[in-house]
Amino acid sequence: MANDKFALFLGCIAPLRYPGIEKATREVFKALGYDLKEMTGAGCCPAPGVIRSFNQATWLALAARNLAIAEKVGCDVLTICNGCYGSLFDANHILHEDPEMLKKVNEILAEVGMKYEGKVKVRHFAEVLYNDLGIDKVRAKMTNPVDLTVAAHYGCHFARPSKIKHLDDPERPHILDELIEWTGAKSVPYADKNMCCGAGGGVRSRDSKFALTFTETKLKNMKAAKADYIIDVCPFCHLQFDRGQKDLPGYDLPVIHLAQLYGLAMGLPKSSLGLEAHEVKVNL
Amino acid sequence: MSNVKIPDPNFAQSVINAGGKTLDLCYHCGTCTGSCPSGRNTAFRTRQLIRKAQLGLKDDILPSEDLWMCTTCYSCVERCPRDVDIVDIIIILRNMAVSQGYMAEDHKKVGRSLLSTGATVPASDKMKQYRVSVGLPADPPTTVGDPKAMADFKKIMERTGFDKLIGGA
Repeated sequence: MANDKFALFLGCIAPLRYPGIEKATREVFKALGYDLKEMTGAGCCPAPGVIRSFNQATWLALAARNLAIAEKVGCDVLTICNGCYGSLFDANHILHEDPEMLKKVNEILAEVGMKYEGKVKVRHFAEVLYNDLGIDKVRAKMTNPVDLTVAAHYGCHFARPSKIKHLDDPERPHILDELIEWTGAKSVPYADKNMCCGAGGGVRSRDSKFALTFTETKLKNMKAAKADYIIDVCPFCHLQFDRGQKDLPGYDLPVIHLAQLYGLAMGLPKSSLGLEAHEVKVNL
Repeated sequence: MSNVKIPDPNFAQSVINAGGKTLDLCYHCGTCTGSCPSGRNTAFRTRQLIRKAQLGLKDDILPSEDLWMCTTCYSCVERCPRDVDIVDIIIILRNMAVSQGYMAEDHKKVGRSLLSTGATVPASDKMKQYRVSVGLPADPPTTVGDPKAMADFKKIMERTGFDKLIGGA
């Protein structure tokens, strides 16, 4: 499919909790020459930790519905969240590998007048910036380089499971660190960098205190490395770090999604980055 | 009553049939347990969960809290020397638990949200106003604020029995 157009998949957390992530993505991709098409009527991806854990048949059928919407639009899917990326990528993989499953899912989709033929690819916006554009094209748009020291948080479903994603080293990923450094910011190494934020797998909704034990470990390590900001590529990790710090006295690391960081470095008006929605104040 | 656990001889096969084809490949090296961030400060042991599944200790697994401690981070899967699809197997076990009625109230709440709006979190009026203030439409172009799309979304969930699974909307 044409590579200057994408069907933008919003998911739930970005549009309904951190609209600045949605807005920044739209503006950044427009400035980089992309045409982002709406996936009108798309729903939750659905969430890989909760909904998939409850019932895989429902998870797969609802994911296929989202993929069918993108297929009708005629573009590959652009996700801005590791959870959405994880769900839609996995579901697409299953539907490609298992024709019987595709047939079953299409029987369900037929009841709402839809069909999925398996033609779209599922992409993560950070990986598109890295693989499709590259440093020169991206840096050419960076009019306002940022001078920040940050801790990169990859999140689990960006590069893992690597046997189907083939995106980055699952143990020592580097894509996000490079993308951060293209803005002028410094991405610091820290202990347990590749560790989960704690929110995934339905853990945050079921046992938020337990989820926070992960978050606190990560925050402690980020602070020890003298990071001033957290940069993530997932609104759910973003929410876990941002809202989690309300319940973790002594922590005040502002959390910024990569699309917002790019918006900043590309000189977008701060009013369009939606930083006021963050619990931990971002004073940039 | 003694503490003797009665295995279900068909359980491992039912996990395999549900897609957990790699269950029997595990030779219990414990790399998964050593890699698991959930097990660092708790008694959760990934290898033990896989062992119980192999042995058919269904009654130990399905009602357990342990089953819900995995954040699906895939650290174990990346390191497993036997390529056991550990996270996929945990998801299958969770699906079995839910189908037998073991589901946390907070999880049912997420399910109900999906059933009513197509999203896992609610859209408040305040958030809609905030969307407008950053230059976005009040409603995202999703099932939220699109009754026709929501009706389709819900129809799929009814067709797969999701509404009954979580005890109705």
